[in-house]
Amino acid sequence: MKPIIKVENVSKQYRIGSREVGSDLDQSIGRAFFGPLRWLNGARNRTHYEHIWALKDISFEVQPGELLGIVGRNGAGKSTLLKVLSRVTEPTTGQIELFGRLESLLEVGTGFHPELTGRENIYLNGAILGMKRQEIKGKFDEIVAFAEISQFLDTPVKFYSSGMYLRLAFAVAAHLEPEILVVDEVLAVGDAEFQQKCLGKMGEISKHGRTVLLVSHNMASIMNLCQRALLLKEGRIVEAGNPGEVVQNYLSTSRSGNGEVVWLDLEAAPGNEMVRLLSVRILQQGVEGPTADVDISREVLIEITYQNLEEGSPLYTGIWLRDQLATYVLSSANLPSMSLGEDPWYGQPHPLGVFRSICRIPGNFLNEGPYSVTAIVGKVPSKTQILEDRVLVFRVHDTGEMRKEYLGHWVGTVRPRLDWHTEQIETAAPVRELESSAAGSFVLE
Amino acid sequence: MSTTTSDRTLAPKNDVAASPVTYKLPDEPLTKIKGGRSWSFFDFKELWSYRELLYFLTWRDLKVRYKQTILGVGWVVAQPLMMTLIFTVFLGLLARVPTGGVPYPLIAYSGLLPWMFVAGGISGCSVSLLANSNLITKVYFPRVLIPTAYIITRLLDFAISFLLFGGLLAIYRYGLHYPLTLSRSFLTLPMLMVLMTMFTLSLGILLSCMNVKYRDLSIGLPLFIQLWMFVSPVIYPAWVVPEKWRTLYFLNPLAGIIEGFRSALLGQPLNMFGLAVSTVATIVLFFFSALIFRRIEKSFADVI
Repeated sequence: MKPIIKVENVSKQYRIGSREVGSDLDQSIGRAFFGPLRWLNGARNRTHYEHIWALKDISFEVQPGELLGIVGRNGAGKSTLLKVLSRVTEPTTGQIELFGRLESLLEVGTGFHPELTGRENIYLNGAILGMKRQEIKGKFDEIVAFAEISQFLDTPVKFYSSGMYLRLAFAVAAHLEPEILVVDEVLAVGDAEFQQKCLGKMGEISKHGRTVLLVSHNMASIMNLCQRALLLKEGRIVEAGNPGEVVQNYLSTSRSGNGEVVWLDLEAAPGNEMVRLLSVRILQQGVEGPTADVDISREVLIEITYQNLEEGSPLYTGIWLRDQLATYVLSSANLPSMSLGEDPWYGQPHPLGVFRSICRIPGNFLNEGPYSVTAIVGKVPSKTQILEDRVLVFRVHDTGEMRKEYLGHWVGTVRPRLDWHTEQIETAAPVRELESSAAGSFVLE
Repeated sequence: MSTTTSDRTLAPKNDVAASPVTYKLPDEPLTKIKGGRSWSFFDFKELWSYRELLYFLTWRDLKVRYKQTILGVGWVVAQPLMMTLIFTVFLGLLARVPTGGVPYPLIAYSGLLPWMFVAGGISGCSVSLLANSNLITKVYFPRVLIPTAYIITRLLDFAISFLLFGGLLAIYRYGLHYPLTLSRSFLTLPMLMVLMTMFTLSLGILLSCMNVKYRDLSIGLPLFIQLWMFVSPVIYPAWVVPEKWRTLYFLNPLAGIIEGFRSALLGQPLNMFGLAVSTVATIVLFFFSALIFRRIEKSFADVI
């Protein structure tokens, strides 16, 4: 089939260095005096620029009606790619052919003016996003209903709550009807309920035969909504294909921190003359080396390596886990009553040497999001020697394993799989019988 | 709005299969994006297809400008009146600028009328792109719409001040019985307005795109505008300048436009040399600005 988007060898170079001419007073004064002289000397390239390739040799095609997901770390070039596609900025080299009207949604509420009313902003924003006046008129009631702001329609949006503002902004955007829609991260806004509504709308848009390009950090929505995904790394496409595989690959290769802290200098390492910390690492089965990005459905290993410097001290190890609001999710240690197996080294006199403790946190237990690890090494009975607070952060990614039915946000610091069982415990008379009997006539019409 | 848990319905899983396409692909691409810099001129066909956005941008600028002001549109009237009053007191009554018998307020107002449009237009245009950087970095549309929308709002201000001048003329003619007559030069007024608008727009779009790259402009421009006012026949008639210097004087393209307005409105003969200079300058400037603007327009989002 003929593609609707054809991208050929697109590269985009950015010049970094002196981006803003004249931001530095000294520099601009100097330039004012010496600039003309240097120009006469022919030395025009007086500022040394560094160049980076935000995109390098990007080629791909998108079929009509396809929902293509784009994943990659921050700075991998996702946003630049969308900007080039939506003509906000031009590629340095390469060519793109679009066989349909493209509208882009790089943020919600582009061009909203705080002084204007909700009604006025619907028209203004619609026009900016590429809708015709007639089109906006035709969808006006629908937009207002979707945003649930009808009673504030004639209030300037500067008086709106942030939730109302976002709802209105998304409502306008959701009613765009281009052949190609380009969306960047907008799903990450609003409350859970509204996010759910937006996700539903995205699916609906693509069901109507429109082509959608979606950049998201939400792996679950990429896996559940898209038919195909691209993985970008340092401006290049490193993988394209099945969203499941691409997401897996992304999680195993990308490092949003490196998932490990190592102290090379024993003197500077946390601890005292008795025991010193050597490293703390986050590991996951099937992933080589430490990683800060973990899959929600698989076991997470927290590895604490320490060196015992005092012959025969009875040591124990422990961790704290906190979420992004610094709420304690759990604390755990290798005490026999607190662990599943029995740790042979708990409280045993340690000879001199290096030891490694591994704590296994089951898969399908933590919720998605960042968690911080605090590493603890102590001497039995309960004399803490090392407490390295929030030594590491790792992020749990929802890969869709735990969300096949519901795409919205699951609240909670943990998301364990629990046992559910529903049964019918009473049989009621069918409605029809109630209707015919005189006694039940008040129940239903 | 309540957020009870019962509101959170569980949505069914989306159908992941590609959906049927109802849209028929054209043979030729609708849009072609090519890398690399090139020289080009405004794409008028594209601009025409964006006319509704131009309308909305203009409408927004007008709506927003006088929100939360007490005088509102009154400011449009107040500005030229106050300026005329001040200049009349100091230059007309105290310094006694020679006016050839024409009442000084008419001299001043007829000069201030186009001058305020040009000065306001270029200074407003010069910051217009920066003021709309949130749009430029997020959506595509022909960027020239932004300064153009601004110029259109200024044209509406101009129309109001123009009507006010009509009132002033009527007062002099019928109230003070000053012998004003309309001459043939009055007929050149529409052409003068086109010339003034095109000149301001051309200079405005040039300054707007230069300002994106070099912010020195916003610092230097007010000074430049002030100086320009004194070398143009705004608050004095052009014939105050000695004959031998007048050719040089009219090389300033604004001199021809402003003096043209004064002659047309007060029924005096036009200075053809000045007008010719202005016309040629405007045409050259328009093409020059368009080429420059188009060339660096594509990189706005990267440097703004």
